[in-house]
Amino acid sequence: MAEGQQHPLKIYYWIWALLFVVSFFSYMVDYLQFQGTLRWMLILIFMFVKAGFIIAIFMHMKWERLALKLAILGPPVAILVLIWLMSFEGLYVEETRVEYYGESTMEPETPGHH
Amino acid sequence: MSEAVLDSGVEAPGTKGVADDFSRDKQVFGVPWGKAMMWIFLLSDTFIFSCFLVGYMSVRISSTDPWPVPSEVFALTLFGTSIPLVLIAIMTFILITSSGTMALAVNMGYRKDRTKTFWLMVATAALGASFVGMQAFEWTKLIMEGVRPWGNPFGAAQFGSSFFMITGFHGMHVSAGVIYLLVIAFRVKNGFYERRGGNYEIVEVVGLYWHFVDLVWVFIFAFFYLW
Repeated sequence: MAEGQQHPLKIYYWIWALLFVVSFFSYMVDYLQFQGTLRWMLILIFMFVKAGFIIAIFMHMKWERLALKLAILGPPVAILVLIWLMSFEGLYVEETRVEYYGESTMEPETPGHH
Repeated sequence: MSEAVLDSGVEAPGTKGVADDFSRDKQVFGVPWGKAMMWIFLLSDTFIFSCFLVGYMSVRISSTDPWPVPSEVFALTLFGTSIPLVLIAIMTFILITSSGTMALAVNMGYRKDRTKTFWLMVATAALGASFVGMQAFEWTKLIMEGVRPWGNPFGAAQFGSSFFMITGFHGMHVSAGVIYLLVIAFRVKNGFYERRGGNYEIVEVVGLYWHFVDLVWVFIFAFFYLW
């Protein structure tokens, strides 16, 4: 890897254009007021597509050796465990607030609300 | 077993290559040390931002008050019509544009085209600065409307603290990135790296940081503004 990450310019232009298009789509998810599961699915899909292209192409991870890929992309998997734990914790805290403080979960039918 | 590989000096691919990289008497990662360290720093930063976003997730789940609707809170009235999230959309496009100019700067750096590298890095920094400017405008607007870390007129009190902490920490990263970019850009221009053997890998290291800042924004945009 003495010559470093040297790639044709074409691939950068393509990914650049693609990021614009995908960002436009994710903005449209909000603009066109998609709701419910469809909204969350679209948000996550567009997010992972964008993140994937930035890491793989712009940050050159695609061309790095597997040892570096695993060392950097492996540990963040632990965050999934934290997300899983904290979602249970959050639901539990909400329940106790309703149960012991008499708070009501006023869930109005507003766009974007979870 | 891997004697042939050792003797030929060819790096084995796949998982065998991983075992080789970690067990052979050499540097584990076949990249410049600055790049390896930047990656490790970014990994630690990933955990910081993840903790912020997971914290935001838990307060949003546990709040019994309705969460303010980002689409409405961040709407701007332009030419007499209210457009949802318009400023955030513009900020997103600015950051993507800056990511593109940065990727080109890295490429020009490896081609040792100092003038183009310099100007592309300056363009990236200018876009980053305009992003921070818009963020300052957004903060001002929300503060004027009464959003505070401990409460706001739109709904759940935790909205303010999540907003200021997450976007503030990201904005700080962008500001630091602008300074970092300018320092390296001027060093590229004045021949600092030419006197050190003409090695422009540092541009790629700056690029990694800048793309990471864009990457974090992708997640903030999805989870904080769109969700």
